[in-house]
Amino acid sequence: MSSTRQIISRRSLLKTGAISGASLLIGFHLPFAFAQDSQQAPAPSPFNAWIRIDADNTVTLTAPLAELGEGLATALPMILSEELELDWSKIRIVRAPFHPEWYGDQSVGGSGGVAGSWTPLRQAAAAAREMLIAAAAKIWVVAPDSCFAREGAVYHGPRTKHLTYGELVETASKLPIPNFKTVKLKNPTDFRIVGSSLPRIDVQEKIDGTGKFGLDVRVPGMLYAVIARCPTFGGRLAKFNDTKAKAVPGVRHIFAVPSFPPVHNQEGVAVVADSTWAAMQGRKALEAQWDPGPTAKESSSSIHEQFVALAAKPGKPIRNDGDADAALSRAGKTTDAVYELPFLAHATMEPMNCTAHVRPDGADVWAPTQAPSWARGTVAAVAKLKPESVNVYPMLAGGGFGRRYHADFVAEAAFASHRAAAPVQVVWTREDDIQHDFYRPAHYQALSAALEANGNIAAWRHRIVSTSIRAYWDPPDRVKPEGQEVSGATEMPYLCPNVRVEYANPPSHVPVMWWRSVEYSVNAFTVESFIDELAAAAKQDPVAYRLRLLDPPRKIKNIPWPDNNLLDTERLKAVLKLAAEKSGWGKSLPAGSGRGIAVQFAFNTYVAQVAEVTIGKNGAVKVDRFVCAVDCGRVINPAGVKAQMESGIIYGLSGALMGEITVENGVTKQNNFDGYPIVRMRESPVIEVHILPSENDPTGCGEPGVPPAAPAVTNAIFAATG
Amino acid sequence: MASISFQLNGKQQTIDADPDTPLLWVIRDTLGLTGTKFGCGGGYCGACTVHIGGRASRSCSVPVSTVAGLSVTTIEGLSAEHAHPVQQAWLLEQVPQCGYCQPGQIMAAAALLATKPAPTDSDIDRAMSGNLCRCGTYSAIRRAIHRAAALKASRASAQPDLAPPDVTGFAEGGAQ
Repeated sequence: MSSTRQIISRRSLLKTGAISGASLLIGFHLPFAFAQDSQQAPAPSPFNAWIRIDADNTVTLTAPLAELGEGLATALPMILSEELELDWSKIRIVRAPFHPEWYGDQSVGGSGGVAGSWTPLRQAAAAAREMLIAAAAKIWVVAPDSCFAREGAVYHGPRTKHLTYGELVETASKLPIPNFKTVKLKNPTDFRIVGSSLPRIDVQEKIDGTGKFGLDVRVPGMLYAVIARCPTFGGRLAKFNDTKAKAVPGVRHIFAVPSFPPVHNQEGVAVVADSTWAAMQGRKALEAQWDPGPTAKESSSSIHEQFVALAAKPGKPIRNDGDADAALSRAGKTTDAVYELPFLAHATMEPMNCTAHVRPDGADVWAPTQAPSWARGTVAAVAKLKPESVNVYPMLAGGGFGRRYHADFVAEAAFASHRAAAPVQVVWTREDDIQHDFYRPAHYQALSAALEANGNIAAWRHRIVSTSIRAYWDPPDRVKPEGQEVSGATEMPYLCPNVRVEYANPPSHVPVMWWRSVEYSVNAFTVESFIDELAAAAKQDPVAYRLRLLDPPRKIKNIPWPDNNLLDTERLKAVLKLAAEKSGWGKSLPAGSGRGIAVQFAFNTYVAQVAEVTIGKNGAVKVDRFVCAVDCGRVINPAGVKAQMESGIIYGLSGALMGEITVENGVTKQNNFDGYPIVRMRESPVIEVHILPSENDPTGCGEPGVPPAAPAVTNAIFAATG
Repeated sequence: MASISFQLNGKQQTIDADPDTPLLWVIRDTLGLTGTKFGCGGGYCGACTVHIGGRASRSCSVPVSTVAGLSVTTIEGLSAEHAHPVQQAWLLEQVPQCGYCQPGQIMAAAALLATKPAPTDSDIDRAMSGNLCRCGTYSAIRRAIHRAAALKASRASAQPDLAPPDVTGFAEGGAQ
């Protein structure tokens, strides 16, 4: 689907304007969950996706979404095939080159790919189907409603009389396009494709080495670069001596790389060479001196001290039902807990990289990116080009998880190519990638609750203190630091008349940004750990306790994101019950083993997970099994949903069991998978995924599998150790 | 710089390189085969796994001088038309997500099956724990290895392997 092999066809597609000969072309618009967050997003064009049917019966979906491994490239053609009545085996999907005048913003994030595409894609496909049926009716001089479409053809009466879509496109293309809003969509009971586990369309290129990722871009005359970056966040280059580095065979250019705030804050020195290895050797030989700047005073320990101080006093109230403080002071006894979570790195398997060819009149950029619009704007700014002269080719990305939303690696490649006057691929080593990430923020959270004799919660106070994504990125005059930082905590779903959720953040220069599922992963951990503490204090079963406190049925608002769907406690209960039942909740386990449960509503999807752990003689935790229940609305591809849940669980486990980024004097201490381990085969549990059938519109699955994993495991450890 | 000759995917190659250059960069930059991936540069992640003399090895940590005269196989040379039972099983079990680590996973799995035609789960844990996957496709990989073993058994009589690779000492490669 996405490879340099297709760049030529993409270019020719652009040149011909996608219309040549007899074909039916339907343009439509796919909205994206995070488009409104991207300040660099260009004005949306009326159309950003296209369905094209050619006379040879080829059907092409040109959709502007990057495939990061989450299966979007399979789910979208499935939706199209369903509504347009296609033969699944004959469709092809072309990933759109980045061209905002045609395709609008193309960012992928917020688990919004399928959710945002569902209705508009169905409407466009249904419009095309109606036009093809109308064309056949016109040719046969019969009423359109006496015809029907099936497997790429239109039939009338007896099934022997039919015309293929290819035979109809010429007539259909002259008909008016029906109104998308009133076009008749298929009845879901007639679905034949949506809801089946169809094979992904991108597997082949990923098992034979032909798939082209960012690092696999090869352009004639290309040079390779690595950059020595100031090890301290936001530090400056004082001076450098390149005599020895220049003596390394193959090294061509050495120059300073400025920062491009706020996209890129690391000054450095680029070493450009004939090969990656020569560039790396050149960097080793480079002598650079840095001015570490004010961040050198910052360490994980100093951040911890500020956290403790801030958590000792009230923060800014974000949710305030009743009077939690009064109810807590009235109570004779409170249950209190403090949870501290470290910075975490994304550690995508493919380290950051970008290839750019900047010329005086424009630029070509090959980037494994989640946000081509940000990439394009950044290249234009760095190379002082008009944005419309910059072509961005999104490549296969070796994982994204939020890290590839950034444009820091793109800025460097644009600058390096501009200075070297040649195509340049900037390669980040694993050390660069872990030391110069934008981390999941560090958190310190204090929770207090008062219980009634029957275990009901009389008061709940949740004090969240963290380094803030918003405060890091937004100009100080418009800082509203509690954006995503409180997501999941403000929708605390358990019944309680007095709830207070507060937020505070210390100033910090440690780069932070979205880490798969953003702060849901943190707040699910604290809320779901604390509710287990309360269940224990009330001497009640964790599942029964949760279910009781999710009654009566309620709809809960997401305070920082009021446009999100409301949390429906009935759907939350349903996934809890399913996970508990399938896990054998309540059945005994061998001594030293335990089960833990956690549930979270994130990105409009409901997920509950039960973990089973065994504690070894040396205290080592082995996670044996995970049972996951998910309600993500109507399922397009069950195999895809299962894969995403498994993926989210492993990602969450890595964070819970092993991951920790520590900062010392403004420098990240960890630098490779030895110091920042992630879950390996031998540590990966058996995982079962159960999907709740649903008639609701589909919601995303890329992120919601992550948040319950960590609290399910820690609750299981608690159960195993008592 | 030195002139070094070795076989790559059955074809004789002679390159002129710094003898300390890791094999990975010779394969990717000098010889232009990009199926073998760069992940960590330290032998921790297995994305760069290739076969050297039939044995699975981390090409990021092998100086090219040490493969002089030897035979190296990359994902591109594992089979024609991805017909290797491991690739077939990967397709049937729909293993990849982002796909970046998969060439390395496939090469490690192929080496495992060459010595252990019917690996147990603990054999798989031992042989595959040096290959990281950030998308967490481990359970799919495990299923696929068992399936590949079955596929291989069913076609064993038709196409015997040439030289059985030796994976001793490789299993716990990488970190920890």
